[in-house]
Amino acid sequence: MAASEGKSLLLILAREMASNLATPMFVVDPVGTLVFYNEAAENLLGQRFAVTGPVRREQWGGEMFHPEDLDGNAISLDDLPLVEVIRKRRPAHAEFRITGLDGVKRSIAATSFPLFARPDELAGALAVFWEVPL
Amino acid sequence: MRARVWGCRGSLASPGRRTVRYGGNTSCVEVRVDDDHRLVLDAGSGIRSLGYTLEAEAPRAIHVLLTHLHLDHLQGLAFFLPFWRDDAELHIWGPASPTRSLADRIASYLSPPLFPVHLSEVPSRPVFHDIPDGPWAIGGATVTGASVSHQGPTAGFRIEAGGCSLAYIPDHEPARGTDMRRVEPEWISGHSIAAGADVLFHDAQYTDAEYRNHVGWGHSSVGHAVAFASASRVRQLILFHHDPSHTDADLEVMRNEALAGWEGQGAPRLASDDMVVDIEAGAVAFSTAEEPELPLLLA
Repeated sequence: MAASEGKSLLLILAREMASNLATPMFVVDPVGTLVFYNEAAENLLGQRFAVTGPVRREQWGGEMFHPEDLDGNAISLDDLPLVEVIRKRRPAHAEFRITGLDGVKRSIAATSFPLFARPDELAGALAVFWEVPL
Repeated sequence: MRARVWGCRGSLASPGRRTVRYGGNTSCVEVRVDDDHRLVLDAGSGIRSLGYTLEAEAPRAIHVLLTHLHLDHLQGLAFFLPFWRDDAELHIWGPASPTRSLADRIASYLSPPLFPVHLSEVPSRPVFHDIPDGPWAIGGATVTGASVSHQGPTAGFRIEAGGCSLAYIPDHEPARGTDMRRVEPEWISGHSIAAGADVLFHDAQYTDAEYRNHVGWGHSSVGHAVAFASASRVRQLILFHHDPSHTDADLEVMRNEALAGWEGQGAPRLASDDMVVDIEAGAVAFSTAEEPELPLLLA
Protein backbone atom coordinates (compact mmCIF):
# COMPACT_ATOMS: atom_id res chain seq x y z
CA MET A 1 0.00 0.00 0.00
CA ALA A 2 1.34 3.43 -0.88
CA ALA A 3 2.09 6.01 1.80
CA SER A 4 -0.96 8.13 2.59
CA GLU A 5 -1.16 11.89 2.91
CA GLY A 6 -0.57 12.87 6.51
CA LYS A 7 -0.21 16.40 7.78
CA SER A 8 3.28 17.83 8.04
CA LEU A 9 4.83 17.66 11.49
CA LEU A 10 4.84 21.46 11.75
CA LEU A 11 1.08 21.59 11.26
CA ILE A 12 0.59 18.79 13.76
CA LEU A 13 2.70 20.57 16.36
CA ALA A 14 0.96 23.86 15.58
CA ARG A 15 -2.40 22.23 16.16
CA GLU A 16 -1.15 20.73 19.43
CA MET A 17 0.03 24.15 20.58
CA ALA A 18 -3.21 25.82 19.52
CA SER A 19 -5.24 23.15 21.30
CA ASN A 20 -3.50 24.04 24.53
CA LEU A 21 -3.65 27.83 24.15
CA ALA A 22 -6.24 30.08 25.74
CA THR A 23 -5.56 32.63 22.98
CA PRO A 24 -7.62 32.30 19.78
CA MET A 25 -5.55 30.74 17.02
CA PHE A 26 -6.00 29.71 13.37
CA VAL A 27 -3.85 27.11 11.62
CA VAL A 28 -3.82 27.11 7.82
CA ASP A 29 -2.07 24.83 5.35
CA PRO A 30 0.20 26.07 2.52
CA VAL A 31 -2.72 26.98 0.27
CA GLY A 32 -4.56 28.80 3.03
CA THR A 33 -7.17 26.21 3.92
CA LEU A 34 -8.16 26.65 7.53
CA VAL A 35 -7.26 23.24 8.91
CA PHE A 36 -7.81 23.98 12.58
CA TYR A 37 -8.95 26.62 15.03
CA ASN A 38 -8.91 26.25 18.77
CA GLU A 39 -11.60 26.57 21.43
CA ALA A 40 -10.76 30.19 22.14
CA ALA A 41 -11.19 30.95 18.43
CA GLU A 42 -14.46 29.03 18.44
CA ASN A 43 -15.77 31.50 21.02
CA LEU A 44 -14.68 34.41 18.87
CA LEU A 45 -15.97 32.98 15.61
CA GLY A 46 -19.20 31.65 17.00
CA GLN A 47 -18.88 28.08 15.73
CA ARG A 48 -17.05 24.92 16.75
CA PHE A 49 -14.36 23.50 14.49
CA ALA A 50 -15.96 20.09 14.83
CA VAL A 51 -18.99 21.59 13.07
CA THR A 52 -17.26 23.56 10.30
CA GLY A 53 -14.35 21.19 9.66
CA PRO A 54 -11.62 22.47 7.31
CA VAL A 55 -12.61 25.65 5.51
CA ARG A 56 -11.28 26.87 2.16
CA ARG A 57 -9.47 30.21 2.06
CA GLU A 58 -12.13 31.90 -0.07
CA GLN A 59 -14.79 30.78 2.34
CA TRP A 60 -13.28 31.84 5.66
CA GLY A 61 -11.84 35.00 4.13
CA GLY A 62 -15.17 36.06 2.67
CA GLU A 63 -18.68 34.79 3.14
CA MET A 64 -17.98 33.07 6.43
CA PHE A 65 -16.78 35.97 8.58
CA HIS A 66 -17.37 39.01 6.34
CA PRO A 67 -14.17 40.86 7.24
CA GLU A 68 -14.31 44.64 7.02
CA ASP A 69 -11.98 47.46 8.02
CA LEU A 70 -12.63 49.69 11.01
CA ASP A 71 -14.59 52.07 8.79
CA GLY A 72 -16.93 49.31 7.67
CA ASN A 73 -15.47 48.70 4.18
CA ALA A 74 -15.16 45.11 3.01
CA ILE A 75 -11.57 43.81 3.06
CA SER A 76 -10.42 41.90 0.02
CA LEU A 77 -9.22 38.36 0.57
CA ASP A 78 -5.63 39.21 -0.34
CA ASP A 79 -5.46 41.93 2.30
CA LEU A 80 -6.27 39.66 5.22
CA PRO A 81 -3.08 39.12 7.23
CA LEU A 82 -3.25 35.34 7.12
CA VAL A 83 -3.66 35.36 3.34
CA GLU A 84 -0.88 37.91 3.01
CA VAL A 85 1.40 35.59 4.97
CA ILE A 86 0.74 32.78 2.51
CA ARG A 87 1.16 35.06 -0.51
CA LYS A 88 4.23 36.95 0.60
CA ARG A 89 5.71 34.41 3.00
CA ARG A 90 6.32 36.98 5.73
CA PRO A 91 4.56 38.00 8.96
CA ALA A 92 1.59 40.35 8.86
CA HIS A 93 -0.63 42.19 11.32
CA ALA A 94 -3.94 44.01 11.01
CA GLU A 95 -6.96 45.20 12.97
CA PHE A 96 -10.38 44.67 11.42
CA ARG A 97 -13.91 43.54 12.10
CA ILE A 98 -15.57 40.21 11.50
CA THR A 99 -19.09 38.96 11.87
CA GLY A 100 -19.06 35.65 13.68
CA LEU A 101 -21.20 32.71 12.70
CA ASP A 102 -23.31 33.60 15.70
CA GLY A 103 -24.12 36.92 13.99
CA VAL A 104 -22.11 39.04 16.43
CA LYS A 105 -19.79 41.68 14.98
CA ARG A 106 -16.40 41.85 16.69
CA SER A 107 -13.31 43.97 16.27
CA ILE A 108 -10.12 41.93 16.30
CA ALA A 109 -6.37 42.32 16.00
CA ALA A 110 -4.68 39.48 14.14
CA THR A 111 -0.98 38.68 13.96
CA SER A 112 0.05 36.01 11.49
CA PHE A 113 3.33 34.35 10.64
CA PRO A 114 4.48 31.64 8.25
CA LEU A 115 5.69 28.19 9.26
CA PHE A 116 8.72 27.05 7.31
CA ALA A 117 9.80 23.42 7.60
CA ARG A 118 12.86 24.37 5.53
CA PRO A 119 13.87 27.77 4.21
CA ASP A 120 12.10 27.03 0.93
CA GLU A 121 9.25 24.87 2.21
CA LEU A 122 6.16 26.64 3.52
CA ALA A 123 4.25 24.20 5.70
CA GLY A 124 1.45 26.60 6.57
CA ALA A 125 0.80 29.61 8.77
CA LEU A 126 -0.57 30.59 12.16
CA ALA A 127 -2.74 33.53 13.16
CA VAL A 128 -3.25 34.69 16.72
CA PHE A 129 -6.29 36.89 17.42
CA TRP A 130 -7.28 39.31 20.09
CA GLU A 131 -10.66 40.91 20.45
CA VAL A 132 -10.26 44.67 20.74
CA PRO A 133 -12.90 47.17 21.88
CA LEU A 134 -15.24 48.30 19.09
CA MET B 1 11.59 -7.70 1.14
CA ARG B 2 13.73 -8.92 4.02
CA ALA B 3 14.59 -6.93 7.14
CA ARG B 4 17.23 -8.03 9.60
CA VAL B 5 17.56 -6.37 13.00
CA TRP B 6 21.16 -5.76 14.09
CA GLY B 7 20.35 -3.53 17.01
CA CYS B 8 17.09 -2.59 18.72
CA ARG B 9 18.17 -1.00 21.99
CA GLY B 10 17.57 2.68 22.59
CA SER B 11 19.70 5.37 24.14
CA LEU B 12 22.74 3.31 25.13
CA ALA B 13 24.18 -0.08 24.27
CA SER B 14 23.43 -2.47 27.11
CA PRO B 15 25.29 -5.78 26.92
CA GLY B 16 25.08 -8.30 29.71
CA ARG B 17 23.42 -11.44 30.95
CA ARG B 18 20.05 -9.74 31.42
CA THR B 19 19.77 -8.52 27.83
CA VAL B 20 20.95 -11.62 25.96
CA ARG B 21 17.59 -12.61 24.50
CA TYR B 22 16.63 -9.31 22.90
CA GLY B 23 20.11 -7.86 22.58
CA GLY B 24 22.00 -4.81 23.69
CA ASN B 25 23.07 -3.13 20.45
CA THR B 26 21.59 0.23 19.55
CA SER B 27 19.41 0.86 16.51
CA CYS B 28 20.29 -0.70 13.18
CA VAL B 29 18.03 -2.55 10.73
CA GLU B 30 19.19 -3.87 7.37
CA VAL B 31 16.65 -4.00 4.54
CA ARG B 32 17.19 -5.99 1.35
CA VAL B 33 15.08 -5.55 -1.72
CA ASP B 34 17.66 -6.54 -4.34
CA ASP B 35 21.24 -7.79 -4.46
CA ASP B 36 22.88 -4.60 -5.69
CA HIS B 37 21.72 -2.19 -3.04
CA ARG B 38 21.55 -2.46 0.69
CA LEU B 39 19.49 -0.15 2.88
CA VAL B 40 20.64 0.32 6.45
CA LEU B 41 18.27 2.06 8.82
CA ASP B 42 20.36 3.90 11.41
CA ALA B 43 23.95 3.38 12.43
CA GLY B 44 23.76 2.40 16.07
CA SER B 45 26.24 -0.06 17.54
CA GLY B 46 24.50 -2.92 15.71
CA ILE B 47 25.92 -1.73 12.41
CA ARG B 48 29.37 -3.02 13.38
CA SER B 49 28.37 -6.67 12.94
CA LEU B 50 26.47 -5.87 9.77
CA GLY B 51 29.70 -4.51 8.33
CA TYR B 52 31.32 -7.94 8.43
CA THR B 53 28.42 -9.47 6.53
CA LEU B 54 28.49 -6.80 3.87
CA GLU B 55 32.22 -7.33 3.40
CA ALA B 56 31.43 -10.83 2.21
CA GLU B 57 28.35 -9.96 0.18
CA ALA B 58 29.77 -6.79 -1.40
CA PRO B 59 26.61 -5.05 -2.61
CA ARG B 60 27.27 -2.41 -5.24
CA ALA B 61 25.98 0.45 -3.06
CA ILE B 62 25.14 0.85 0.60
CA HIS B 63 22.63 3.46 1.72
CA VAL B 64 22.60 4.36 5.40
CA LEU B 65 19.38 6.15 6.30
CA LEU B 66 19.70 8.07 9.55
CA THR B 67 16.48 8.97 11.31
CA HIS B 68 18.38 11.56 13.34
CA LEU B 69 21.81 12.18 14.75
CA HIS B 70 21.47 11.20 18.39
CA LEU B 71 24.45 9.03 19.26
CA ASP B 72 22.53 5.80 19.71
CA HIS B 73 21.70 6.04 15.99
CA LEU B 74 25.12 7.20 14.84
CA GLN B 75 27.76 5.80 17.15
CA GLY B 76 28.38 2.66 15.10
CA LEU B 77 29.11 4.40 11.82
CA ALA B 78 32.84 4.69 12.43
CA PHE B 79 33.01 0.95 13.21
CA PHE B 80 31.26 -0.10 10.01
CA LEU B 81 33.85 -1.78 7.78
CA PRO B 82 32.62 -0.32 4.46
CA PHE B 83 33.18 3.13 5.98
CA TRP B 84 36.92 2.46 5.81
CA ARG B 85 37.06 0.99 2.31
CA ASP B 86 38.07 3.29 -0.51
CA ASP B 87 36.16 1.13 -3.01
CA ALA B 88 32.83 1.28 -1.17
CA GLU B 89 29.94 3.25 -2.59
CA LEU B 90 28.42 4.60 0.58
CA HIS B 91 25.51 7.03 0.74
CA ILE B 92 24.35 8.59 3.99
CA TRP B 93 20.90 10.16 4.20
CA GLY B 94 19.63 12.24 7.12
CA PRO B 95 17.32 15.06 8.16
CA ALA B 96 18.08 18.49 6.76
CA SER B 97 19.07 21.43 8.92
CA PRO B 98 18.46 25.09 8.06
CA THR B 99 21.97 25.99 9.18
CA ARG B 100 24.47 23.13 8.79
CA SER B 101 25.02 20.38 6.26
CA LEU B 102 24.50 16.77 7.24
CA ALA B 103 28.23 16.12 6.91
CA ASP B 104 29.07 19.06 9.19
CA ARG B 105 26.71 17.85 11.86
CA ILE B 106 28.01 14.28 11.72
CA ALA B 107 31.57 15.61 11.84
CA SER B 108 30.78 17.15 15.22
CA TYR B 109 31.09 13.60 16.48
CA LEU B 110 33.46 12.11 13.89
CA SER B 111 36.35 14.46 14.51
CA PRO B 112 38.88 15.09 17.27
CA PRO B 113 38.66 15.19 20.21
CA LEU B 114 35.60 12.90 20.23
CA PHE B 115 36.99 10.63 17.49
CA PRO B 116 40.60 10.38 16.28
CA VAL B 117 39.87 10.74 12.55
CA HIS B 118 38.01 13.60 10.92
CA LEU B 119 35.07 12.64 8.72
CA SER B 120 36.71 14.30 5.72
CA GLU B 121 39.58 11.79 5.92
CA VAL B 122 37.44 8.65 5.83
CA PRO B 123 38.52 6.48 2.84
CA SER B 124 35.03 5.65 1.59
CA ARG B 125 34.28 9.37 1.12
CA PRO B 126 30.57 8.90 1.78
CA VAL B 127 28.07 10.93 -0.21
CA PHE B 128 25.77 12.84 2.10
CA HIS B 129 22.17 13.59 1.19
CA ASP B 130 19.41 15.53 2.89
CA ILE B 131 16.24 13.46 3.00
CA PRO B 132 14.15 14.67 0.02
CA ASP B 133 10.68 16.11 0.41
CA GLY B 134 9.05 13.32 -1.57
CA PRO B 135 9.68 9.65 -2.32
CA TRP B 136 12.92 8.63 -3.99
CA ALA B 137 14.27 5.42 -5.47
CA ILE B 138 17.12 3.29 -4.18
CA GLY B 139 17.53 0.30 -6.45
CA GLY B 140 14.23 -1.52 -6.48
CA ALA B 141 12.91 0.29 -3.43
CA THR B 142 10.90 3.46 -3.08
CA VAL B 143 11.85 5.31 0.09
CA THR B 144 9.87 8.04 1.80
CA GLY B 145 11.10 10.08 4.74
CA ALA B 146 8.98 12.43 6.83
CA SER B 147 9.57 14.46 9.97
CA VAL B 148 8.18 12.95 13.15
CA SER B 149 7.77 14.14 16.72
CA HIS B 150 10.98 13.58 18.72
CA GLN B 151 13.69 15.84 20.14
CA GLY B 152 15.25 17.80 17.28
CA PRO B 153 14.97 17.12 13.54
CA THR B 154 13.98 13.46 13.21
CA ALA B 155 12.56 11.40 10.39
CA GLY B 156 10.65 8.18 10.03
CA PHE B 157 11.19 6.06 6.91
CA ARG B 158 8.91 3.99 4.75
CA ILE B 159 10.33 1.50 2.28
CA GLU B 160 8.17 0.00 -0.44
CA ALA B 161 9.06 -2.67 -2.97
CA GLY B 162 7.17 -5.38 -4.82
CA GLY B 163 3.88 -4.42 -3.21
CA CYS B 164 5.33 -4.71 0.32
CA SER B 165 5.91 -1.91 2.79
CA LEU B 166 8.00 -1.46 5.90
CA ALA B 167 7.84 1.56 8.21
CA TYR B 168 10.59 2.45 10.65
CA ILE B 169 10.00 5.06 13.38
CA PRO B 170 12.36 4.13 16.20
CA ASP B 171 12.24 7.41 18.13
CA HIS B 172 8.80 8.90 18.25
CA GLU B 173 6.41 10.54 20.67
CA PRO B 174 3.15 10.88 18.73
CA ALA B 175 1.22 11.16 21.98
CA ARG B 176 2.83 14.47 22.95
CA GLY B 177 -0.11 16.85 23.13
CA THR B 178 -2.29 14.53 21.05
CA ASP B 179 -4.95 12.06 22.07
CA MET B 180 -4.50 9.46 19.33
CA ARG B 181 -7.89 7.93 20.04
CA ARG B 182 -9.70 11.19 19.29
CA VAL B 183 -7.95 12.92 16.39
CA GLU B 184 -8.18 11.88 12.77
CA PRO B 185 -5.18 9.65 11.89
CA GLU B 186 -3.83 12.23 9.42
CA TRP B 187 -3.23 14.53 12.41
CA ILE B 188 -0.99 12.01 14.17
CA SER B 189 2.76 12.45 13.74
CA GLY B 190 4.20 9.69 11.57
CA HIS B 191 0.91 8.65 10.02
CA SER B 192 2.05 9.24 6.45
CA ILE B 193 4.96 6.87 7.05
CA ALA B 194 3.09 4.10 8.83
CA ALA B 195 -0.36 4.09 7.24
CA GLY B 196 -1.25 0.60 6.09
CA ALA B 197 2.32 -0.69 6.32
CA ASP B 198 2.89 -4.43 6.39
CA VAL B 199 5.47 -4.04 9.14
CA LEU B 200 6.07 -1.18 11.55
CA PHE B 201 9.16 -0.94 13.74
CA HIS B 202 8.13 1.56 16.41
CA ASP B 203 9.46 3.14 19.56
CA ALA B 204 8.15 1.42 22.70
CA GLN B 205 10.76 2.58 25.17
CA TYR B 206 8.61 2.90 28.26
CA THR B 207 5.90 1.12 30.14
CA ASP B 208 2.76 3.20 30.40
CA ALA B 209 3.65 3.91 34.05
CA GLU B 210 7.20 4.98 33.19
CA TYR B 211 5.99 7.31 30.47
CA ARG B 212 4.30 9.56 33.01
CA ASN B 213 7.74 10.64 34.20
CA HIS B 214 9.11 11.01 30.65
CA VAL B 215 6.54 13.15 28.88
CA GLY B 216 8.30 15.26 26.25
CA TRP B 217 11.43 13.10 26.11
CA GLY B 218 10.55 12.09 22.56
CA HIS B 219 9.62 8.44 23.11
CA SER B 220 6.53 6.26 23.35
CA SER B 221 5.05 3.95 25.88
CA VAL B 222 3.94 0.49 24.85
CA GLY B 223 0.36 1.74 24.95
CA HIS B 224 1.22 4.58 22.61
CA ALA B 225 2.96 2.23 20.19
CA VAL B 226 -0.15 0.06 20.12
CA ALA B 227 -2.45 3.06 19.70
CA PHE B 228 -0.30 4.46 16.91
CA ALA B 229 -0.11 1.13 15.07
CA SER B 230 -3.86 0.66 15.42
CA ALA B 231 -4.63 4.16 14.13
CA SER B 232 -2.25 3.52 11.21
CA ARG B 233 -3.77 0.10 10.52
CA VAL B 234 -0.44 -1.65 10.22
CA ARG B 235 -0.34 -5.39 9.70
CA GLN B 236 2.47 -6.17 12.14
CA LEU B 237 3.83 -4.03 14.99
CA ILE B 238 7.37 -4.67 16.19
CA LEU B 239 8.26 -3.04 19.49
CA PHE B 240 11.62 -1.34 19.14
CA HIS B 241 14.08 0.97 20.90
CA HIS B 242 14.11 -0.93 24.17
CA ASP B 243 15.14 1.08 27.19
CA PRO B 244 18.68 0.19 28.31
CA SER B 245 17.48 -0.43 31.85
CA HIS B 246 14.92 -3.03 30.77
CA THR B 247 15.93 -6.66 31.13
CA ASP B 248 14.68 -9.48 28.93
CA ALA B 249 12.09 -10.28 31.58
CA ASP B 250 10.97 -6.64 31.72
CA LEU B 251 10.54 -6.58 27.97
CA GLU B 252 8.34 -9.64 28.06
CA VAL B 253 6.11 -7.96 30.60
CA MET B 254 5.89 -5.01 28.22
CA ARG B 255 5.03 -7.28 25.32
CA ASN B 256 2.18 -8.68 27.40
CA GLU B 257 0.97 -5.11 27.97
CA ALA B 258 0.99 -4.63 24.22
CA LEU B 259 -0.87 -7.88 23.59
CA ALA B 260 -3.53 -6.89 26.09
CA GLY B 261 -4.23 -3.68 24.18
CA TRP B 262 -3.94 -5.05 20.67
CA GLU B 263 -7.02 -5.65 18.53
CA GLY B 264 -5.54 -5.91 15.04
CA GLN B 265 -3.95 -8.69 13.01
CA GLY B 266 -0.48 -10.09 13.86
CA ALA B 267 0.23 -9.87 17.58
CA PRO B 268 2.91 -7.30 18.50
CA ARG B 269 6.43 -8.70 18.82
CA LEU B 270 9.54 -7.56 20.58
CA ALA B 271 12.44 -6.75 18.28
CA SER B 272 15.61 -8.69 19.01
CA ASP B 273 19.11 -8.31 17.63
CA ASP B 274 18.80 -11.48 15.59
CA MET B 275 15.27 -10.97 14.24
CA VAL B 276 14.66 -11.58 10.53
CA VAL B 277 11.40 -10.40 8.99
CA ASP B 278 10.38 -11.58 5.52
CA ILE B 279 7.62 -9.60 3.89
CA GLU B 280 5.88 -10.93 0.85
CA ALA B 281 2.59 -9.84 -0.61
CA GLY B 282 0.11 -10.27 2.18
CA ALA B 283 2.36 -12.25 4.53
CA VAL B 284 4.91 -11.50 7.22
CA ALA B 285 7.18 -14.28 8.46
CA PHE B 286 9.71 -14.24 11.29
CA SER B 287 12.88 -16.22 11.81
CA THR B 288 16.11 -16.00 13.72
CA ALA B 289 19.37 -15.07 12.01
CA GLU B 290 22.50 -17.10 12.23
CA GLU B 291 25.42 -15.30 13.79
CA PRO B 292 27.67 -14.01 11.01
CA GLU B 293 31.04 -15.64 10.75
CA LEU B 294 33.41 -12.94 11.79
CA PRO B 295 36.84 -12.76 10.17
CA LEU B 296 39.73 -14.05 12.26
CA LEU B 297 41.30 -10.68 12.68
CA LEU B 298 44.28 -11.99 14.65
CA ALA B 299 44.97 -15.15 12.63
